[in-house]
Amino acid sequence: MNTKKKNMTGADIFFECLRREGVEYIFGYPGGAVLKIYERLYDIDFLKHILVRHEQGATHMAEGYAKATGKVGVVLVTSGPGATNTVTGIADAYMDSVPIVVFTGQVPTHLIGNDAFQEADICGITRPITKHNFLVRDISELATTIKQAFYIASTGRPGPVVVDLPKNVINSITEFNYPEKVELRGYKPRIYGHQNQIKKAAMMIQKSKKPLLYVGGGVIMSGGHRELYLLAKENNLPVTMTLQGLGAFPGTDPQSLGMLGMHGTYWANQAVNNCDLLISLGARFDDRVTGKVDTFAKNAYKIHVDIDPTCIDKNVIVDLPIVGDVKHVMAELAAEISEKPDLTEWWEQIETWKQECPLEYDMSDGRLRAQYVIEKLSELTNGDAVVVTDVGQHQMWVAQYYKFNHPRTNITSGGLGTMGFALPAAIGAAFAIKDKPILCITGDGGFQMNMQELATAAYHKLPIKIFIINNSFLGMVRQWQELFHAEKYSFTDLSDSNPDFVKLAEAFDIKAYSVSSISDVEPVLKEALSYNDGPILVDFKVVKEDMVFPIVPAGASISDMIIRRLDPKEMF
Amino acid sequence: MLHVISALVENKFGAFNRVVTMFSAKGYNIHSISIGETEDPTISRMTIVTEGEDKVIEQIVKQLNRLIDTIKIIDLTYQPKVQRELLLISVGYQKGTRSEIIDICEIFRGNVVDINNKTLMLEITGPPEKIDAAINVLEPYGIKEIARSGLVALRRGEQSRKNIKEETETNKVGELK
Repeated sequence: MNTKKKNMTGADIFFECLRREGVEYIFGYPGGAVLKIYERLYDIDFLKHILVRHEQGATHMAEGYAKATGKVGVVLVTSGPGATNTVTGIADAYMDSVPIVVFTGQVPTHLIGNDAFQEADICGITRPITKHNFLVRDISELATTIKQAFYIASTGRPGPVVVDLPKNVINSITEFNYPEKVELRGYKPRIYGHQNQIKKAAMMIQKSKKPLLYVGGGVIMSGGHRELYLLAKENNLPVTMTLQGLGAFPGTDPQSLGMLGMHGTYWANQAVNNCDLLISLGARFDDRVTGKVDTFAKNAYKIHVDIDPTCIDKNVIVDLPIVGDVKHVMAELAAEISEKPDLTEWWEQIETWKQECPLEYDMSDGRLRAQYVIEKLSELTNGDAVVVTDVGQHQMWVAQYYKFNHPRTNITSGGLGTMGFALPAAIGAAFAIKDKPILCITGDGGFQMNMQELATAAYHKLPIKIFIINNSFLGMVRQWQELFHAEKYSFTDLSDSNPDFVKLAEAFDIKAYSVSSISDVEPVLKEALSYNDGPILVDFKVVKEDMVFPIVPAGASISDMIIRRLDPKEMF
Repeated sequence: MLHVISALVENKFGAFNRVVTMFSAKGYNIHSISIGETEDPTISRMTIVTEGEDKVIEQIVKQLNRLIDTIKIIDLTYQPKVQRELLLISVGYQKGTRSEIIDICEIFRGNVVDINNKTLMLEITGPPEKIDAAINVLEPYGIKEIARSGLVALRRGEQSRKNIKEETETNKVGELK
């Protein structure tokens, strides 16, 4: 054993730790408190630093990278405003359980609390929105803290971790000592589910006549898509997915019922309403899924598999909780089932629902609709692109009309619903994924929230296809105003203030098109998909008054679903 | 219903804050909270008195467990336990009432810890009901100031298996006779 330890500066220790953690990219922005780190970064070649244009962009890029790869995304920013600008991204990662580590600079320890220049108590600020955070008060803690940060972010239910690095800690010198293992007595995530509970669950599946798998993002995070496929296929079980769960099971498979919940398919929601056994796999019974909790899957026996015990009985009381890694639990569950349930009648029923109310939109007036663009994209990419969406109507249309066939190809802001997520997240994904097209589908509102990152995309010549679904409105808010707020379109009309997106892209030297006719959609999409020399932007000018249907109004029962806009003739 | 939760947490910068932040972020009530070092200087014990239905308490315990800095969480509510609170109370006195107040203090097995020509300060310990009763009884004399420590509690020591076994066996023998 080499007993001779090397003395290193905090900045060198920082990079040595990142090297050992296998970090490939840092998304960051320099500033006073982290200058020493940037000084060292100048000569470092084992990882690549991506200069963002706003720190929020850095956090979403790290999220996009993490969601596309399953690895930890890394952010490096300075103190004060640099740190506070990351807050939205951290909260987003917390809600969607995305493993990221955010390194923030901090004023020297002797100035902490003095209202020093660019000082902000980022640990205090981010405490409720991080899985954990650290203020490194002494250089002797630096290496251990970084090791722990990566371990905490990536294990159990993943999440964001903030490491606050005071300037004097980074500048001081100590002996480098990287711990091999992390030992945290207060943190021991449970991997294997309780055997008897799993046996009981298997028995319930065998006995059930109308079972339903309700799949969330946890299945993708745990890497359990194969286990899910086997469990579902071998037992002929119908699968419905949450927004984050899309991609866990092939969307083109006949056993997929698509998404459930507020904008879920009619048949998926009917299946939830009528099933006798609901098996929740890595999902958290979010209010956008359940609607009114008292009536959610009212007659079903509920099994809930989750790695986070706090998710169990939080929103909906379940009959059989199984705490563990959903990948392992599904494998064991599949092995325990000896007799396949007979589901002929159940499938007939589901088929009837499918025929009753298919997903559809009307193109007869000859005007361009978002749904058409998305459906075409799904066809042209065969459900095998990485699709990064923003928040709003386009996001729901993608969830409905894009048939995700692979895990980690659906990247979207679900829990927090962060507008401005798509472009930076697509950039993060584009650094990681080179063998699939990266589609950034966004709205005209959300796009403008982080459009400064066009510079990042252009500089690195990332072949991102930016599709703006431009209805000149904050469409989802407009939809709620029409349906629930007396048609007062209060501050949602952007038509007089939107920029010319084509000119905007051109200012960044990005190729761009504007499309407003149906016949142009396919050729332009084909061109965009085959263009790989850098980003390309297409501004799709779509119908502004379109709404996402079906919709379950907030807090209503799933059975109160509104299927389509009422024709004035039908209303009287 | 009030619940007494005992939490062993890392004796580290920010750990207390994390616990309190969790309560406020999730909208849970804190009746009282006390914290101090334990036999192991790296661990602090927090005693939290909180209120809620069983379902809420279950979530609180789980949410506390979820924090990285918490080591062990025990809901002591239904456990055999010793619980104590410390009351410092300053009571005004006039001619003639001083000895009455001192009598009351003795009944509650408290101590007089400070006196001047207007007020007496008493120190009383006990379970919360006893503290409430003492305050109630002292009320008419004119309470000037109160400081309560919040509850601390420990689970009673378990009777060792061996003793219990021996006891039952003795009983059995006794019955047979």
